[in-house]
Amino acid sequence: MDIDKRKFLKLVGVSGALWVGSRLAGGLSSVFNIRDRFDKQALADAGYEVGTMVPDPGELKAKQWAMAIDVRQFKTPEDYTRCIQACDKIHNIPDITTQQDIKWIWEEPYSAAFPEQHNQYMEAALKSTPILLLCNQCEFPPCVRVCPTGATFKRQDGIVMMDYHRCIGCRYCMAACPYGSRSFNFKDPRPYIKKIDPAYPTRTKGVVEKCDFCAERLDQGLMPACVEASKGALIFGDLRDPDSDVRKVLSTNFSIRRKPELGTQPNVFYIL
Amino acid sequence: MYNSGKIITGLVLFLGVVTMPFWFNIGKADVKPDPSLDTPVIRQMKVKHCIESKQFMIDNHMELLNAWRNAVVRNNKTIYVSTAGQYFTMSLEDTCFHCHSNEKQFCDQCHTYANIQPYCWECHVKPVEEAANGHR
Repeated sequence: MDIDKRKFLKLVGVSGALWVGSRLAGGLSSVFNIRDRFDKQALADAGYEVGTMVPDPGELKAKQWAMAIDVRQFKTPEDYTRCIQACDKIHNIPDITTQQDIKWIWEEPYSAAFPEQHNQYMEAALKSTPILLLCNQCEFPPCVRVCPTGATFKRQDGIVMMDYHRCIGCRYCMAACPYGSRSFNFKDPRPYIKKIDPAYPTRTKGVVEKCDFCAERLDQGLMPACVEASKGALIFGDLRDPDSDVRKVLSTNFSIRRKPELGTQPNVFYIL
Repeated sequence: MYNSGKIITGLVLFLGVVTMPFWFNIGKADVKPDPSLDTPVIRQMKVKHCIESKQFMIDNHMELLNAWRNAVVRNNKTIYVSTAGQYFTMSLEDTCFHCHSNEKQFCDQCHTYANIQPYCWECHVKPVEEAANGHR
């Protein structure tokens, strides 16, 4: 039988992977029946060492996540609430109606969202259109620079993340954020949550919180909740990938960002 | 010795006050914690085994949980490969409480006995005991 080196190596690789896979699969008796969302076969194929902590094989990866908000597609109030409620529901965001409210994704009039680009005589439709606001996941986030405990940090995929375990509630990040994207828990949020989803922790009194582009969903291979609920009005993808959805819409539409003059390089784009 | 009466009385009184907790609690041994593993999910398991050995979990659960939280929150790693080669989502809510849905019996007993107040529950949602019939 003639077999060249290339074929031989392929055969060895495949049979090795199969062996490891079958061994691991053998160890996986159906003792546990947990709501595991990950792909067990892909994990078995990866052949990780025991006692390690590994990423979900289905995780969505990017160099820099970014979002484009197509303001033109937001026509009815329902279009906004759909996105906002999707977020509020899965993240256990309390409904506090005072100035101590908690905001992850919210709406503001154009004049508040883009104060330096608000002209006296502007398009009537735009003047009255609310704009969806959320954390801009800046490339150079001022909140990360000022955090004294490292509770706010930048992930490999560009997401500005909060580690609530480390937050001491000093609120430096809130002073540093030029977009008002951060909220402080002045009181225990639990009484203000309509229905607590046990799959996601609430926050506690004395920590700051904000949108994190649904990092926990991306890690499981799911798109952010607001993007899923938006019916195409929110476009999400890797800003460093020229073929990504977000780059495609940005290359064919005029877009603006909030306060670009500050140099934080926000990663939320608005198509007007 | 001058004033020996007063000094000795004072010393006896002092010792009595200092050792008062012992006098009060004499013969009343604290009940040794006996965490209950009896939950509907565990009852249905053929092989009753945690993600690691029982002794490892007793000794190291706090360090394991600490490592998990850093891995999940800071390093976007979400899956734990156990010593037996099994995979688990690193999550208190989805994994630990799936079986140990009896937080009062399972967590609080030892923590109260050892006078430890972990603040997990300020954010993480306690399992609802009555609804712990395999799914929430």
